[in-house]
Amino acid sequence: MVTMDRIAPVEGAAATDEGSYRIDVRATNSAAARKSYKAREAIYPKLVHGMYRRVKWIVMMLTLAIYYYTPWIRWDRGPGSPGQAVLVDLARERFYFFFIEIWPQEIYYITGLLILSAVALFLITALFGRLWCGYSCPQTVWTDLFIWVENLIEGDRSSRIRLAAQAWDAEKIFKRVLKHSVWLLIALATGGAWVFYFADAPALVQQFAHGHAPAIAWLSVGFLTFTTYSLGGLMREQVCTYMCPWPRIQAAMTDNEALSVTYRRDRGEPRGPHKKGLPWTATSHCIDCHQCVAACPMGIDIRDGTQLECINCALCIDACDDIMDKVGLPRGLIAYDTEANVERRLRGEPSHFRFIRPRTILYSAILLLVGAIMLYTLWARFSIGIDVLKDRNPEFVLQSNGAVLNGYSVKVLNHADRARTFFLTVSGGKFAAIRVIGVPNTVGPVPIQVEPDRVRALRVLLTTAKTDLKPRNQEIEFQILDPGTHESVETESVFTSGKN
Amino acid sequence: MSSKEKDPHSGTDTTGHVWDGIKELNTPLPRWWLVVFYATIVWAFAYWIFMPAWPTLSGYTHGLLDHSQRADVATAINELKAQRHAHESELGRASLQQIQNDPDLQQFAMAEGRSLFGDNCAPCHGSGGQGALGYPNLNDDVWLWGGKLEDIQHTITVGVRSTNADARQSQMPAFGHDKILKDSQIDDLTEYVVAISGRVANAVAVRRASKLFADNCAACHGAKGLGDRAMGAPNLTDTDWLYGSTRAEIRNQIWNGHGGVMPTWSGRLTPEEIKSLAVYVHSLGGGE
Repeated sequence: MVTMDRIAPVEGAAATDEGSYRIDVRATNSAAARKSYKAREAIYPKLVHGMYRRVKWIVMMLTLAIYYYTPWIRWDRGPGSPGQAVLVDLARERFYFFFIEIWPQEIYYITGLLILSAVALFLITALFGRLWCGYSCPQTVWTDLFIWVENLIEGDRSSRIRLAAQAWDAEKIFKRVLKHSVWLLIALATGGAWVFYFADAPALVQQFAHGHAPAIAWLSVGFLTFTTYSLGGLMREQVCTYMCPWPRIQAAMTDNEALSVTYRRDRGEPRGPHKKGLPWTATSHCIDCHQCVAACPMGIDIRDGTQLECINCALCIDACDDIMDKVGLPRGLIAYDTEANVERRLRGEPSHFRFIRPRTILYSAILLLVGAIMLYTLWARFSIGIDVLKDRNPEFVLQSNGAVLNGYSVKVLNHADRARTFFLTVSGGKFAAIRVIGVPNTVGPVPIQVEPDRVRALRVLLTTAKTDLKPRNQEIEFQILDPGTHESVETESVFTSGKN
Repeated sequence: MSSKEKDPHSGTDTTGHVWDGIKELNTPLPRWWLVVFYATIVWAFAYWIFMPAWPTLSGYTHGLLDHSQRADVATAINELKAQRHAHESELGRASLQQIQNDPDLQQFAMAEGRSLFGDNCAPCHGSGGQGALGYPNLNDDVWLWGGKLEDIQHTITVGVRSTNADARQSQMPAFGHDKILKDSQIDDLTEYVVAISGRVANAVAVRRASKLFADNCAACHGAKGLGDRAMGAPNLTDTDWLYGSTRAEIRNQIWNGHGGVMPTWSGRLTPEEIKSLAVYVHSLGGGE
């Protein structure tokens, strides 16, 4: 299959040996071919072999394995808590990630994580170009997988082109039905795996098997099957080019010193056929064989320079290196390089890489800062918490003896997985009485029992005697203390006397 | 009219329409757009068939699915009731004190009580139970008919001067309006009430009124004016005034003998709901 492309050399090139590697292909998505409105032209990427293709296979297997396996990792959290390592528990409003448990009010961890991811993406882009797009973006991974399936069923590039042009005979129908069925199965598995992140995986599997999984689970599976099939199988490079904002953002994130898949035009130009036996010079190494164009899943010609459509998947590097080996030239006519280096070499200067630049320093600093803050807050996070909301209606209550009462809604959080008794104290005023509804009156700190992993809502009433009333608002402080661990948290509030 | 042809510049077919020598190019809508458009038409017909769509003389077409939002609401309410059933029946069994001391049950009762209060009580007692002139404040420690959980539960159940046979009953005479006392006597009594509530008053008038108070008021308000919860008679010596603390307001009350009415809630609310309300009102601040 691989050799089929080599059967028909381009006209006029038959006399040259190197010309026999050449295939007749044009970049469907090159800037020159672009119109303001044009129906999609199918792209038939040619399978390549080489280092980057191998790396991509490995990354694909790794990322898919992580995606499919993660929901099945068990993690013992004791009775009453889910035993799944990674779980978004929407019903109980908890997010579990191994030893971390996040409550809804701690959503800022998610915000922090998103900021970290964004800055990391900026940094990686400034250093190594679109590494994310080329290797680990789900769109790339699944498109790659779908193209691999296509290749297995319909054959390589030339066979697929022939099949597309062929009438709808038995062979075509069989191959197409087979291909789309396999695609749909992969899509179904993808959508199926997603819902396991939101419910206990083994239990949900049983529910699916018995046909009484919740409607939302079926809906989610259906929707994700549809998107995986259509985005990865049918739309492919259009998602990257038209739907994804990243190609636009990356223009601001990258510069001439960022590594990207580069055609070294200083070495390749002027391109053209090379007659066998003639000596090679330092330039003109591009024999214009179009293998890089045939390999490109985005339908571009890398020799046109860095462009919006290029996801830096490096498949053209493998394709070109293969040809360079065959014609006896050093590899790397297309390679990870920088635009600045190409210009340096064109000026006769030696090439070098500048990884330390103002923007990479800035991104690294932000990354370290946000990461450090996140780690600190996660590490220093209390296993208890208190929220106090003062009554506003009425703001204060005058008692029959002239004393003044203020009411508060207090929520005491117990993050730990065991029931605990806390002590509640209020300081900052002279209170004749501190009453907690539902807790017998005691002298001193009020004992508050809270069930494991729960929030207990309390109503707290503070009374100040007439003689102790201070004008206006008094700053007071609620404190909750775990006598066992000596952990304590405080929060401020006010006591309104009603006096001016 | 000219025939259809290919436009030499754009390579596109013309529609065949020509005006003043200007030919119209045939640039149809994108196919996906057209498909969506046709799909919406199909959708509309399907909707007519499956969903309620057309009015008829006496009703409407129900559609094959016989969908009804009213039925959906009824179902949702029944589901909610079923969901709350466990807690509600527990409320029915537990005593008020047990409800208050069980964190889980208390939280449920408080939540239900808060919403019931907003729906049923807030119009008179205020959204925070802070009361108004003539409507008691439920946050303070002053109670006409008692501030224990059971007292509150009973008041809510039977009401005050309501249609319920067991209602909390008492009636202050309208001493002026019904000509029981003379204007001057009412003036003296006003001074007396001002005096026993710890304020400066006309000593001569107070002395004149002390017998009047013993004869007319002490039966309900007590010899010292401390009030009587059995009669719902307010304490006249504290800082709390249902109908106002100024001389004019006190005089007005003696003249007219206002007595507020609170409806009976038995029959309107279930016993469980009344329990929740009692726990909620008790927690506002004044509960005994």
